[in-house]
Amino acid sequence: MSEAPNAGPVLLDVRDVSKAFGTVEVLRSVSLQVKRGEVVTVIGPSGSGKTTLLRCVNFLESYDSGSIRIDGNEVGYREAGTRQRRRERDLAAMRAETGMVFQSFNLFPHLTAAGNIMLGLTKVRGKKEAEARSIAEHWLGRVGLAHKADSLPAELSGGQQQRVGIARAVAMEPKILLLDEITSALDPELVGEVLAVVRSLAEDGMTMLMVTHEMAFARDASSRIVFMADGGVSAVGPPKEILAAETTNERLRTFLARFRASHF
Amino acid sequence: MLSQILYALPFLAAGFAVTLWVSLLVVVLSLIAGVLLGVGLVYGPMPLRWAVRIFSDTIRGIPILVLMFFVYYGLPAIGLHLPSFWAAVSALTLFKTAQVIEYLRGAVGSIPKGQFEAAMAIGLTFRQRLTYVIFPQAFRRFLPPWINGVTDAVKGSALVSLLGITDLMQAINQVIGRTYEAMPLYILGALIYFAVNYALSLASRRLERRFSFIRE
Repeated sequence: MSEAPNAGPVLLDVRDVSKAFGTVEVLRSVSLQVKRGEVVTVIGPSGSGKTTLLRCVNFLESYDSGSIRIDGNEVGYREAGTRQRRRERDLAAMRAETGMVFQSFNLFPHLTAAGNIMLGLTKVRGKKEAEARSIAEHWLGRVGLAHKADSLPAELSGGQQQRVGIARAVAMEPKILLLDEITSALDPELVGEVLAVVRSLAEDGMTMLMVTHEMAFARDASSRIVFMADGGVSAVGPPKEILAAETTNERLRTFLARFRASHF
Repeated sequence: MLSQILYALPFLAAGFAVTLWVSLLVVVLSLIAGVLLGVGLVYGPMPLRWAVRIFSDTIRGIPILVLMFFVYYGLPAIGLHLPSFWAAVSALTLFKTAQVIEYLRGAVGSIPKGQFEAAMAIGLTFRQRLTYVIFPQAFRRFLPPWINGVTDAVKGSALVSLLGITDLMQAINQVIGRTYEAMPLYILGALIYFAVNYALSLASRRLERRFSFIRE
């Protein structure tokens, strides 16, 4: 799958995005393109800006300069180079075009599994209750949780919660799915079931940008891997190239060596 | 003694109605104002946050009685003449609003940030995020202190008698003024206040149980 057979035109176009929290530069002129149908994985040491980059793509986080476009539309700011934020309503509409799955699941605890998925469908997509319900059931089936539609999140295991989290995001039919270390909070034996869902979505051609520490998964499922260090993109390439032990990129080699030492 | 109470009952009932009316006004108005300002305190831009913070801290730092006298006797100096009833209701509402702001801040603040972000990520607007995600979860935490506040409002409404308004407290005092039988009437008054507040806390407990879906 590393060739991304159905990769199309550029869907996500990140150009020269910089961001600082106070005096700490978390993103330094980051540029990155994701084509339709591609699965791009961002790896890197903690604090390298991976998660912040992901959060900028759906404007959970604002950025100081640069531009992020999805399907040609500037994400958080109005056109013409101004730093004027879009209006609340427009921002919400833009965010509905990107799905996000969180490390800590963030399911709505007062709603059932189906209710979690239906909320966006009814309130944002304007679907009728019955239609939203059948879409929710369809996606719960896809993630293997058809029988848990009426369970509250507290009644589900971590792996099940995260699968509902994925279903909630994809049911909105986003143009791109953002996955933020979605298996990091899971017990090791639950990681596989979540990654299997991601893999099947990738096979269906879902465009994805994910941050992960699952190197084996990144190697098998990604079209390209982006290595970030110190807020910048340090290396980009196909998995084989990036994860090769003989890479000439000093930082990457250190990262991979440290990673291998702690994981094998 | 019983005959005195029976004789006084219709008069006390009228006072009790005023007590309930004052309490209801204060509770409803402060709920609306407090929730709006509380949302401003948690999510608003910096200047608004500061304004609400100063308002809340100032008001809560002043005894209600001083606040009430200030509104009734002080504000006319700047040309604002409120009838005693509305002066009393405004002062109690201001005080209660400051409390509701804090209850709301506490309740909303206890909801993990990820909830707001997840609601954002699926494309809900600010108002929808509050309505469908934050408030339903915050409600259970808001309820117990707020009901406490409501019972305080009912008890605190007795202060309006000091502006000469004939509420339950004032009615009791007036009956005592005629009969010189203080004890039975004060006990009766205490029982009435207690009955109202006990009913409120029972209702609160039932509501809390209904909304106990949240994992701790």
